[in-house]
Amino acid sequence: MNLDYSPEEQKFRDEVRSFINAKLPADIRDRAQTGQRGSHEDIIRWQKILFEKGWGASSWPEEFGGTGWNAVQRHIFDDECAEAGTPMQLPFGLKMVAPVIMRFGNAAQKAYYLPRIISAQDWWCQGYSEPGAGSDLASLKTRAVRGTDADGEHYIVNGQKTWNTLGQFADWIFCLVRTSTEGRQQEGISFLLINMKTPGITVKPIIMLDGEHEVNEVWFDNVRVPVENRIGEENKGWTYAKFLLGHERTGIAGVGRSKSALRRLKALARRQLGDNGKPLIEDSRFRDRIAQVEMELIALEITNLKVISAEGKQHAPGPEASMLKIKGSEIQQMLTELCMQALGPYALPWLHDGLDLAGSSQPLTDAFAPRDAGISGSYFNVRKTTIYGGSTEVQKNIISQMILGL
Amino acid sequence: MDFNLSEEQTAIQDSLKRYLAKDYSFEQRRAILKSPLGHSAQAWATYAELGILALPFPESAGGLGGNAIDTMLIAETLGTSLALEPFLASVVLSGSLINDIGTPAQRESLLGGITQGELLVSLAHGEPGARYATNHVATTAKADGSGWSLSGHKAVVLGAPSANKLLVSARTSGGAFDANGVSLFVVDAKAAGVTIRAYANQDNQRAGDVLLKDVKVGADALVGAVNQALPAIEHAIDRGIAALCAEAVGVMATLNAQTLEYLKNRKQFGQPIGKFQALQHRMAEMAIAAEQARSMALLAAVKVDTSDAADRRRHVSAAKAYIGQSARKVGQDAVQMHGGMGVTDELMAAHLFKRLTVINATFGDVEHHLGKFSDSLLVA
Repeated sequence: MNLDYSPEEQKFRDEVRSFINAKLPADIRDRAQTGQRGSHEDIIRWQKILFEKGWGASSWPEEFGGTGWNAVQRHIFDDECAEAGTPMQLPFGLKMVAPVIMRFGNAAQKAYYLPRIISAQDWWCQGYSEPGAGSDLASLKTRAVRGTDADGEHYIVNGQKTWNTLGQFADWIFCLVRTSTEGRQQEGISFLLINMKTPGITVKPIIMLDGEHEVNEVWFDNVRVPVENRIGEENKGWTYAKFLLGHERTGIAGVGRSKSALRRLKALARRQLGDNGKPLIEDSRFRDRIAQVEMELIALEITNLKVISAEGKQHAPGPEASMLKIKGSEIQQMLTELCMQALGPYALPWLHDGLDLAGSSQPLTDAFAPRDAGISGSYFNVRKTTIYGGSTEVQKNIISQMILGL
Repeated sequence: MDFNLSEEQTAIQDSLKRYLAKDYSFEQRRAILKSPLGHSAQAWATYAELGILALPFPESAGGLGGNAIDTMLIAETLGTSLALEPFLASVVLSGSLINDIGTPAQRESLLGGITQGELLVSLAHGEPGARYATNHVATTAKADGSGWSLSGHKAVVLGAPSANKLLVSARTSGGAFDANGVSLFVVDAKAAGVTIRAYANQDNQRAGDVLLKDVKVGADALVGAVNQALPAIEHAIDRGIAALCAEAVGVMATLNAQTLEYLKNRKQFGQPIGKFQALQHRMAEMAIAAEQARSMALLAAVKVDTSDAADRRRHVSAAKAYIGQSARKVGQDAVQMHGGMGVTDELMAAHLFKRLTVINATFGDVEHHLGKFSDSLLVA
């Protein structure tokens, strides 16, 4: 039993760190350091840089171009990326649909899709939730009817997906569709890969409470999907969907990102002045709350390491990932709330923080405002974390049933 | 990074588990706690045979060369059965102090006795009015011929009623709160001038207040250098805290298991109460709290013998505060979910809850350690 990193692990960390230092573009680094969100081009640029290095997919096996790293190496890589403020690697292609294609796709699907995902040629988005199917996902209603025309066998898809993240940039969407209404609702679902350029698809923005355009509704109006775009068997999609959700929870603890958010919070509390002109961090009432969230984060980091060490080469965590999801999301919320509080009156202004999605961006470093003003947006943004990917309540159901056997 | 246990660690923990399962059931424990000694001499002898009492000490001192992780595993296992023996007082607190700063003669006689299970030693450090401040020592030791004369009052000394020897901290110079000027002495529990006011704590473990009135000891009773004992005492208390954290993890494991059983078996409204989501979610929260606490106990064990004292204290305080919060959550919720039965003396659940509560108030409660950890952020 040893919590220290071995010399080999430390060497690996140094290697990752110097690579990021050398290759992370300066403008992206600046945006991260001033708390601005990056653009979707940042995400693509960074993915291409990683791909060139051979690090495009830290969670993939080597046969598909992944790094083949073990769990601790993946953790170190995530930690260093968070520390440096690199753009997120979007999970929809790399961590969601790719494992499904590797496990259940046919040879042609593997050969076509996987290289395009890892090289950032294709941007993927998710078509799971529907207005009437949130936590109760299996009740989804988007219909896919099989038919044949001059171009061959196909499905005609009609319906509506929602909470689709960043689909406005997407080339592809993976969709759960209903191909049968017989039997249990889980037994009539199929898993389709749909090109977003197909006629009949409409992407409509949903503006979130922080004013950002991060998610969409996606409407399907007689969308023709070739039958070879189906993963696995017809009506067996629920099995693949659950497999995917298991992978969605990898890295869900967000320890690295929260550690870097904690550092920013402490720096902010040193800069901001509290009563009598003393730094806010000297106010024990405020400092104790930072201490509380730091303790939570220390505990979560060790719990996370235990889970990923046990996971080893098997890349989908078990139900204990629900614990990581619950704690990790609560910590993110605590951190952004404290940042907002630390700003005092400058928590009030809504400074659109630069995600280019709505087409307008305004720098945070206006002469009139401290450079952290506008950070309140994150407080509103991360309310989603206890809701998406299985809400806290759903995670507690999973723990009750899968771990505790209630 | 390695979360695996060594073969030796697994083996010794397994033998202890087997022993406790066979000879330390809750009913057997009930008989033990009513005995005059308040713990089991037979269990203590068995721990000695298993090597548990020698585990944390170097081989040169007759120990088995274990580390704080080994202590953690033992304390956790003892916690699962609510074992009453003074492992904390005699082995973790006193044994490690003697090992750290004792003379070769003291190591041989005292540590030898402790590891063989023949000698019980308690650390008499805290005082009335000191609360959790470790630097508050008003008990005095005055030079008396070639030896010393000790007078003062030591509060809630764990294991005092059964101790053969006491390790008494006393001021040899300076004021009551000075870090410098604290010395440590070995005092025979039956020495003239020593009075022990014995009692059971809320958790049935035995303790006592120790009154010293002109107690004469020889020059060879001094442990460590004159005036310089406080850092070693504080380190020993941190080891005690790490062990208490691990013990709390064991107690919580048993308490969660029993609460889960109760939820599955107790029927109301025609079904097991564990079918109700309000209780399921509470139980899920308790499971998370226990798992996070386990991580913090591991952190405390890893950090407690680190050479950087500030780093050690910071993490030990974080662990104690955090585990205090987890223990409070698990303990109170377990009692609540056991309903009326949870507030009776009959079920082990209530006793587990009481032990957790006592652990929380030992060597600094949540607020005390949260404050210390929080203050460390000013320099970190």
